[in-house]
Amino acid sequence: MTRVAIVGAGPAGIRAAAALVEAGIRPVLLDEAARPGGQGYRTPSPGLDLDMAALMGSEAAHHARLHGLFAAIHDRVDYRPETLVWAVDGRTLHVATQGRAGMVAFDALLLATGATDRVVPCPGWTKPGVFTLGGAQAILKDQGCFIGRRVAFVGSSPLLLLAALQYQSLGAHVAAVVDTTPFGAKLAALPDLAASPRTLRRGIAYRTKLRAAGIPVHDGAAPVAIEGRDGVEGVRLRHGAREWTIACDAVALGHGLKPETQLADLAGAQFAYDPVFRQWLPETDADGRAGPSLYLAGDGAAIGGAYAAEASGTLAAAALLADHGRPQPKATLRRLRQEVARLRRFQRGLARAFAWPAGQAAALPDDATLCRCEGITAGEVRRAMAQPLGPREVNRVKAITRVGMGRCQGRICGPALADIVAAAAGLDHAAVGRLRGQAPVKPIPLVLGAEPAG
Amino acid sequence: MIGRSADVAIVGGGLMGVWTAFFLARSGRRVVLFEKGPVGAQSSGVNFGNLRLQGRFGGQYPLSLRSHALWEDFEALTGETCEFEATGHLYVAANADEAARLEGYARQAEAHGIAIERVGGNELRRRWPWLGEGVHAATYSARDATANPRLATPAAARAAARLGAEIREGVRVTDVRREGDGFTVELEGAGTLSFGAVVNAAGAWALSIAERFGESAPLFPAGPPHFVTEPVPYRIVPSVQAVDGSVIARQIPRGNVIMAGYPRTASDPVLNRAPVPPAKTLAGMGHLARTLPALRHAHVIRVWSGIEGYLPDMLPVIGPSVTTPGLFHAFGFCGHGFQLGPGVGAALAELIVDGTSPTPLTPFSIGRFGEGVAVSDKFLKEFDQPAAVTS
Ligand SMILES: Cc1cc2nc3c(=O)[nH]c(=O)nc-3n(C[C@H](O)[C@H](O)[C@H](O)COP(=O)(O)OP(=O)(O)OC[C@H]3O[C@@H](n4cnc5c(N)ncnc54)[C@H](O)[C@@H]3O)c2cc1C
Ligand SMILES: Cc1cc2nc3c(=O)[nH]c(=O)nc-3n(C[C@H](O)[C@H](O)[C@H](O)COP(=O)(O)OP(=O)(O)OC[C@H]3O[C@@H](n4cnc5c(N)ncnc54)[C@H](O)[C@@H]3O)c2cc1C
Repeated sequence: MTRVAIVGAGPAGIRAAAALVEAGIRPVLLDEAARPGGQGYRTPSPGLDLDMAALMGSEAAHHARLHGLFAAIHDRVDYRPETLVWAVDGRTLHVATQGRAGMVAFDALLLATGATDRVVPCPGWTKPGVFTLGGAQAILKDQGCFIGRRVAFVGSSPLLLLAALQYQSLGAHVAAVVDTTPFGAKLAALPDLAASPRTLRRGIAYRTKLRAAGIPVHDGAAPVAIEGRDGVEGVRLRHGAREWTIACDAVALGHGLKPETQLADLAGAQFAYDPVFRQWLPETDADGRAGPSLYLAGDGAAIGGAYAAEASGTLAAAALLADHGRPQPKATLRRLRQEVARLRRFQRGLARAFAWPAGQAAALPDDATLCRCEGITAGEVRRAMAQPLGPREVNRVKAITRVGMGRCQGRICGPALADIVAAAAGLDHAAVGRLRGQAPVKPIPLVLGAEPAG
Repeated sequence: MIGRSADVAIVGGGLMGVWTAFFLARSGRRVVLFEKGPVGAQSSGVNFGNLRLQGRFGGQYPLSLRSHALWEDFEALTGETCEFEATGHLYVAANADEAARLEGYARQAEAHGIAIERVGGNELRRRWPWLGEGVHAATYSARDATANPRLATPAAARAAARLGAEIREGVRVTDVRREGDGFTVELEGAGTLSFGAVVNAAGAWALSIAERFGESAPLFPAGPPHFVTEPVPYRIVPSVQAVDGSVIARQIPRGNVIMAGYPRTASDPVLNRAPVPPAKTLAGMGHLARTLPALRHAHVIRVWSGIEGYLPDMLPVIGPSVTTPGLFHAFGFCGHGFQLGPGVGAALAELIVDGTSPTPLTPFSIGRFGEGVAVSDKFLKEFDQPAAVTS
């Protein structure tokens, strides 16, 4: 029987597992998290009495359905929680489970690794009290905590509105929502956004609800700095010629998502530059094939949101089955392809409506920290580039300055780094390259090697 | 000579190429260096950073010591720093057999005036309390050093440029041909130029040039697996190396621990890939945790390797072509060329300018492969699958 390994037990991975189970395959489903659900649809910590209906709002029923599906297939899946996949070597995954090394052999690999936050640094962003938007949501959903008493949501992302609403509905004080993309850009993106009228309506409803709750929503304003002596005391904003400060004690910062592609990189996927997302994305065909016996689904392939993640998970599993001697009904494939294409078109609209503020990253002041792991400023990067024979490509900038060389390996600062390098080199964003992935996908302790892998 | 673009063309902008450019320019020669990518981005930029004097081949000490003096003078020579630090090198043995090997290395080094301390028993733990229990004996050389490979080559290249050398990045040499008593150098997408002499410092890619002139060497591209940990408090000052090659580790002052270990893995100079099998990373993590137990809970954040040229006798090719006057080689540094870089540049420049160098280079002639060379014990032990070599 075909040995299938799925990495990621979010909407995409769960749907893929379900499709394989239906075809009589028992996949291995690996996830570093302790509980299924992935990022957006995570399960709260046991014993935590969270009002999931309030938290998930209009998504509550959907959330329940996904977890119901997982419960139904649980005993037909080799589910391994708390298992980090840290490397791929040919047809073997290297994993770490609670401090022990292991290996998982596969014939086909389906990666549903999801996404992480993308942030544009600003002066003061390394102060305690500044969280990524996803971090702010994860703390709430995992632990039932707020990141502060008076929280400002800053960046550009549809999740900014959602998260602010989640905080507000559970009793936090939301100081403001500051979206760096002008309102005009949102209107211009409407044709693509109309590809998913339901989600568009939801987004508009979020705005209305926030407004109704008296929470200011600023479009087209940019953070000048996050201010405060020891922690966060406020965010200084600029809109045109106007500058003002909003008082708050915590900031959730997020400019959309970026796919977690390190495993795809290690598994041999090819990457192409996408000018709308301003990201390097793994190349797949319409069904998610990224190479021999390699399939990608969900936000890890291209940002598409939870619905696209589910459809693409089912579709990639169907492609996998078809490639391994179990042809799938053409009509099913066609319907799933259309669904994924429609939802991803919607996401391209979102990427325009909530744009990455490239100019803001490129204009980061010289003394502002760019790489928080290594404490490297934007100015250090610019100075290294300005010297004779200075680097002009992101991996070389990393080699010379140490930017992106720390614990997170550039996963946080990488996007802003590309803008700074492109501006300083006078090159197109696509021409400065992408940070090459290497194992381990996340840091692993030395003791892992003290016992032989089994 | 009329019609020549410059006196010397150098193919390859690794340490060998840039230091040769530096010394030639300092002697007043007009030099152009061609590098297909950025300078110092291959072996020279990704290596471990050891400037090790202990445990070298005896015949290499004159070159090695000359090079070391230049490293010690790096700042004055280049006007830049490269984190050069005389950290010392601690060579550790796990048993009496290995200790006997250390003794052999120590005598060899002492014969060339290098001060080696032999340390055993309680003294070992007193001086280096972080050493694991498996360490039985050690030799210590205080003059051995480390430097940051990512910084060294670009700094030397800038210094060469200030002396008048022309450094052309992103220009691949596609052919070198004899033309009269000089050479025509063909560049990818950038025409041809002519030179009086050519230096082949193309690293693991060097055979394509040598073989155009009817000479070759059994060069084998590979690299040792490396990893680096997150920063942990700085305690381990000397560079630590196990005789069996299972641990080659050093800590940099910002706290990260860099680790390498054998066996090496084949790399691919055509696709530009240097794979690191995860099983080797795990094995290396285990060895490091045993040798330096305080690091047991440190996290590994990244692995890498490089594309280095190895030869069966584990010695480089340095010196004039045996078929073609005016052609010089410096390649195949078998994993120990970082230390040799400046010395090789100085000696090659003398060969080109004066026709001779006070530093003996005969053991490194490309001619030696015609007669069949002895296969080094290291070549057999320190690789996955030793290339089939006839000896
Ligand atoms: C922080 C965050 C908050 C979000 N909040 C919401 C929300 O409130 N509402 C909403 O509609 N959408 C939200 N989204 C978007 C939504 O979660 C995604 O669109 C959807 O979850 C994508 O599903 P997926 O299956 O592709 O990936 P995910 O749900 O992200 O699942 C990926 C899984 O892969 C696992 N994984 C990744 N790499 C490895 C590895 N190397 N080893 C082992 N496991 C690994 C992760 O632990 C994770 O569980 C959020 C996204 C993020 C990143
Ligand atoms: C992982 C690793 C760790 C090491 N650790 C140590 C150590 O601790 N101590 C030590 O002493 N040594 C070490 N070494 C060895 C040392 O790094 C090398 O011996 C040394 O850097 C070789 O320098 P080079 O100039 O010959 O080669 P390279 O640095 O490889 O330079 C050759 C250059 O030629 C260029 N080139 C090739 N073909 C062409 C062409 N046709 N046209 C234009 N350009 C071309 C290449 O792009 C390359 O930049 C290590 C090596 C590796 C890989």
